Amino acid sequence: MSSKSRFIISTLAFGYAFLYLPLLLVVLYSFNDSSIATIWGGFSTRWYGELLQNDLILDAALLSLKVAVTSATAATLFGTMAGLALARFGRFKGRTLFSGMISSPMVMPEVITGLSLLLLFVTLQQFTGWPGQRGFSTITIAHTTFSMAYVAIIVQSRLLGMDESLEEAAMDLGGKPLRVVFDITLPLIAPAMVAGWLLSFTLSLDDLVIASFVSGPGSTTLPMYIFSKVKLGVSPDINALATLIIVAVSTGVALAWLIMRRSARP
Amino acid sequence: MVILAAAQRRDSDGLMATTHNSKDELWRRFALAAPYLWLLVFFLAPFAIILKISLADPVIAQPPFTPTFDATGHLSITADNFRFLLTDKLYAITYLRSVLMAAMATVLCLSLGFPMAYGIARTQPATRGLLLLLIVLPFWISFLLRVYAWMGLMNNYGVINNFLMWAGLIEQPIQMMYTDFAVFIGLVYTYLPFMVLPLYATLERMDLDLVEAAQDLGASRTRAFWDITWPLARPGVIAGCLLVFIPAMGEYVIPYLLGGPESLLIGRVLFDEFFVNRDWPLASAVAIVLLLLLVVPIVLLQRYQASDQDSSA
Amino acid sequence: MKDFIKIRGVSKHFGDFVAVDDVHLDIGKGELFSILGGSGCGKTTLLRMLAGFEIPSSGKIEIDGNDVTHQAPYDRPVNMMFQSYAIFPHMNVARNIAYGLQKEGIAKAKINKRVDEMLALVQLEDFKTRKPDQLSGGQRQRVALARALIKRPKVLLLDEPLAALDKKLRERTQFELMNIQDELGITFVVVTHDQEEAMTLSSRIAVMDKGRFQQVGTPKEIYEFPDNRFVADFIGTINTFEAVVTRMLDDRIELYSDETGTAITALGKQLFEVGQQVEVAVRPEKIFLSKDKPSNDEDTCVAGVVDDLGYLGNRSLYRIRLETGKIVQASSQNRRRSVTRFLEWDEPVWLSWRPRSAVILMD
Repeated sequence: MSSKSRFIISTLAFGYAFLYLPLLLVVLYSFNDSSIATIWGGFSTRWYGELLQNDLILDAALLSLKVAVTSATAATLFGTMAGLALARFGRFKGRTLFSGMISSPMVMPEVITGLSLLLLFVTLQQFTGWPGQRGFSTITIAHTTFSMAYVAIIVQSRLLGMDESLEEAAMDLGGKPLRVVFDITLPLIAPAMVAGWLLSFTLSLDDLVIASFVSGPGSTTLPMYIFSKVKLGVSPDINALATLIIVAVSTGVALAWLIMRRSARP
Repeated sequence: MVILAAAQRRDSDGLMATTHNSKDELWRRFALAAPYLWLLVFFLAPFAIILKISLADPVIAQPPFTPTFDATGHLSITADNFRFLLTDKLYAITYLRSVLMAAMATVLCLSLGFPMAYGIARTQPATRGLLLLLIVLPFWISFLLRVYAWMGLMNNYGVINNFLMWAGLIEQPIQMMYTDFAVFIGLVYTYLPFMVLPLYATLERMDLDLVEAAQDLGASRTRAFWDITWPLARPGVIAGCLLVFIPAMGEYVIPYLLGGPESLLIGRVLFDEFFVNRDWPLASAVAIVLLLLLVVPIVLLQRYQASDQDSSA
Repeated sequence: MKDFIKIRGVSKHFGDFVAVDDVHLDIGKGELFSILGGSGCGKTTLLRMLAGFEIPSSGKIEIDGNDVTHQAPYDRPVNMMFQSYAIFPHMNVARNIAYGLQKEGIAKAKINKRVDEMLALVQLEDFKTRKPDQLSGGQRQRVALARALIKRPKVLLLDEPLAALDKKLRERTQFELMNIQDELGITFVVVTHDQEEAMTLSSRIAVMDKGRFQQVGTPKEIYEFPDNRFVADFIGTINTFEAVVTRMLDDRIELYSDETGTAITALGKQLFEVGQQVEVAVRPEKIFLSKDKPSNDEDTCVAGVVDDLGYLGNRSLYRIRLETGKIVQASSQNRRRSVTRFLEWDEPVWLSWRPRSAVILMD
């Protein structure tokens, strides 16, 4: 083995260790009996129990899930339409502005997106009285806006990689355009839509900064709650919560991977 | 109206351009107009409002800024906020620090990410999928919790210090938390996948024969790397660097949780200006200037992504 | 019916680019017509206008007496077999083939019967429930054909129908296509870049370049009497000589060429002026090679030396260098007792060809 590949392999090992060791330690310390989070005091599951008794966490988690499901669904709907328009409608007036608006929310720093949306809601309220209270609806709108960009890009690139003559063939055989969308296009981009939905769901669950801007008093999402706790330092019940999330996500991703691998093989 | 004009059929080579019946035309208009309107209202309009408010005076009221048009209908705008940003040294230093920290984090990500992406692209296709999955997996785990994980590691009485003291390597805990070092760790840790993925995409597409051909023609391994691999990987390097640099510039959570009080970054200044000082016009001005700083990299990134999409289509 | 498909002055512009430029064409009922040309010549755009995927910038297209110029693809009595075959990957073979009839709202029992007929026609009865990714290239091609034929279109358009198949399969499929066309009597319009494919398949060929038809005719007409340089070059190999018209006779034209250093006689009734610069073209297989000077003084005779030769089994190829330095290609069948069997490198040789083998090109 050459010195170069040894270098590559050790960098890979270091890189993966860097990515995963901190997570492993969080999992480990979630079973720590001591209430001083960094000192090992023996094995215990008591933090998990406390987690389930904590109404604040449960409320925040519920709000986050509601926002994530709603915004992911709306984002998939709008994003799919936008991806279709970009990949299949040819040239239309305002296309440059449209594709610019699609790709910008992804690269915009969160503080700017959050601030700008809050200012919009405040202005809207001044003139129309809506939204009277910021919370579920405003967070959902904010999350939909940046998630739909991801969905649109995923759907668009799936469509660009797809043979356009499939849709033409359906039209040639008598399918009217709207019919063809349902017969051919949607079934074929369904995997992209599912991927887009899952990504939107995760992004929404993950967001702290934008939600902090656009939520009002009384509506706290899970990341907002966690942030308010960890600001003060390491805390054992957050370790337990993190472990639950890590386990859930890893299982989900591993399952998805296995299913995809199986279906890829004929 | 932009929307109506946009939906109008034009001489075009797009498939759906040849719609002939009104139901299909209606669907076309709807599919375009719905996301278009949404983005106009919830993405573009907010920027106009930021700009407007950045030109207002702060007042103690709800909302805390003066209207652009006063009661008599006169336009009242002020450049005070921007003037203040430019004259107060604190802001200039913070912007500069943000640029430097983001650039430094980008370089660190590149130097760790490039060998990783290269290594993944050169393994067996079967293991490649798994290795990539392991790069992507942290994406799906809460960002906040991943940053939090490092708090437990880098504390004065955290895992690293405990380990080093137990091993007898140090007497006193090393101060890691609340330093720039911790911020770099957080930034690299969070944004490493953004670097590895585009790099992997270009390296995987690269023809290995090219490197062998260069070596066959007499180039050393190092020469072949700089003559062949590096130039061909450049699109991925550029994309990866921009994908790390842009969000790192506006980062709020990492410097807040891991950085010290003196390691002020612009994202945090904006946040504090808004929530703590309640100076909305100044916060808006901070956002506008940050946006201006990012315009060039953002446009670069979009151009890269557009051309990448063309070439893969 | 000679003008089953009528194309009148059809042009298509994409921005500044003219893809199809003022094309006129009549195609008869039941013809197997090929449009032949290189990539970017406009042949695919023309086909897509026949299918309805592009609307002509100007001009008119009629099929069976109906103006279809602005008719949508789904309303035209025309179906298409795509170059990629465009088999719907999420439907099995039977559902792919049935798709067109389903869109017509035909009763299920009837659809099933027709699908079975089509499966029999393309010999895929055993593959009814297969998914497209379980089919070979040749089978996919036949599914695409069956799917496009099930609606009994007035015209079937085929975009590079054989390009995706390997050489052996291509030859067999060619004849299958011709048989099916013969059996159903449907008008086929084929677009291809492969001259051999066009020559064997078609009753007539249009050679296209830069958006225009360079020549329309039977395969024989196009091969033997190319109208111009482009057609002559595009189909097969051909030698060309620059020449000056020296005398016009009733049925023949006499010329002199600096490139051969001799007089050349060509058959033809085209009108030229004495002194006009033209190009004379001769196919390699029309050139006879001999060791002694041929005696027939009607023929054009030139002396040369064998510059290079290649043995291809059933025939041999020669490159002969004339005294003027011009290289001429000649080919000969490898029959027994043929004199050319004994030709070697650098050997002097006489070339000769008949007046009727020389073709004068227009531009």
